Amino acid sequence: MADTSLIVNNVSVRYRLTEEKVDNLKEYVIKLVKRDLRYKDFLALDDVSFELKKGDRLAVMGKNGAGKSTLMKVVAGVLKPSSGNVTCCGNVAPLLELGAGFDMQYSGAENIWLYGAMLGYSKAFIKSRYDEIVEFADLGAFINSPVKNYSSGMRARLGFALATVVEPDILILDEVLSVGDAAFKKKSEQKIMSMFDKGTTVLFVSHSETQVKNLCTKGILLDHGKIVFSGTAKETAEEYSKINGK
Amino acid sequence: MKRFWNNFVKYRFLLSQLTEKDIKLKYRNSYLGIIWTLLEPLLTMIVLTLVFSRLLGKDTQDFPVYILTGRLIFAFYQNATKQALRSVRSHAAMIKKVYVPKYMYPLSAVLSNYVTFLISLVALVGVAVVRNVRPTLWLFQAFAPLLIILGLALGSGLILSAAAVFFRDLEYLWGVATMIIMYASAIFYRVEDVFSESNRWIFTLNPVYACIDNFRSAVFGSPMNLNATIYSAAMAVGLTLIGCIFFYRNQDKFILHI
Repeated sequence: MADTSLIVNNVSVRYRLTEEKVDNLKEYVIKLVKRDLRYKDFLALDDVSFELKKGDRLAVMGKNGAGKSTLMKVVAGVLKPSSGNVTCCGNVAPLLELGAGFDMQYSGAENIWLYGAMLGYSKAFIKSRYDEIVEFADLGAFINSPVKNYSSGMRARLGFALATVVEPDILILDEVLSVGDAAFKKKSEQKIMSMFDKGTTVLFVSHSETQVKNLCTKGILLDHGKIVFSGTAKETAEEYSKINGK
Repeated sequence: MKRFWNNFVKYRFLLSQLTEKDIKLKYRNSYLGIIWTLLEPLLTMIVLTLVFSRLLGKDTQDFPVYILTGRLIFAFYQNATKQALRSVRSHAAMIKKVYVPKYMYPLSAVLSNYVTFLISLVALVGVAVVRNVRPTLWLFQAFAPLLIILGLALGSGLILSAAAVFFRDLEYLWGVATMIIMYASAIFYRVEDVFSESNRWIFTLNPVYACIDNFRSAVFGSPMNLNATIYSAAMAVGLTLIGCIFFYRNQDKFILHI
């Protein structure tokens, strides 16, 4: 179908980890000799399937540990599912923990190039959008000082400016609508709204019912890695409050 | 394969960015900057020459050149593998957030060290001129050991970077291993001075020494040791292949352990 944007098909994520964290060779060998290596399986996502059309805005709700972030990581391509598959039509822009990938020693300007490259932008693309990014981040003279001297708000601003300079087909928002000070918050919200208008497909992780009702069209509710409810955004938000109300 | 290549082309700018970053940051905030790539090997060369020419009682004209050739190649292998070993874990924050072909991290670690290594060869040219070691046509052979050592470092680096995700103490073990490789590379002594004929087989097993030996042949103007060249080239290709397979098989598990 031409207007399908994202297909998540029977995705399961199973972790198989040692019961106690073994992260060095010494312990591993000792435990291996003592036959003390016990593994436990942990199902973070259990047979999750859904399909989004272009322009759909999906709210992903659920308690902490329900698998929301795991789902986002799978869609972003960072985590490979143990079974099932994800098909994205177009580029995905993950707005997860903005600026977490910056190099602290590097200046803001240098990080634009580095982080831009990491997001898969080409050199020519960054060059053509460089001024736009700098202007949007609005860091003034700080753009040339190392990122380690930035406040967390400034870091997030630069991260936001970088991640949104591309016009993504699929946007992943993980509770980031509260970035920076009031002025920047307004600016970033406007930017996201303009993307909404352009028909970007959105995955939105949130606990806020009002945000979900205002922004999203569809919703799913996760619990212990399973989709326990799916419907419109309004229904999902109400179902979510019902669960929490209990 | 085609998909792999397309992906590489898409992220090749990232590779150059990461390589550039490693080089830039290494010398940032130091007064002399990139000159340290020349100064550091020269200083160690002077120390080693002073110590070992006295100790062994033979101060030949070209001994500093002998030491410097060995030291430069070994230092590249040591630094490249050490940095590659850390590369996946030190980029943990990025790996968790953004999809990037993960081999970019060990690859850029090795490449950035290779670039500084090539720059530091300028120091070798300087010492060779001062110590009157004249270039000959044999010098063109140097490309072989220089290429092979890159393959060796890349292969080892890929294996180490993947294994270090699961075993954090590998860094210390590898530190000991590189020390053994160093002593088995005849950097500051001549094999024939120290080891009897029956014990020299140790050196034929060390592919890093094979590169050093062949590079010295090129610099001093004599033909390469063909067996050593074939052996080290095979090791480089083999290690890189094993490294790619090992890295590829494990890369999806990285995110659970970093």
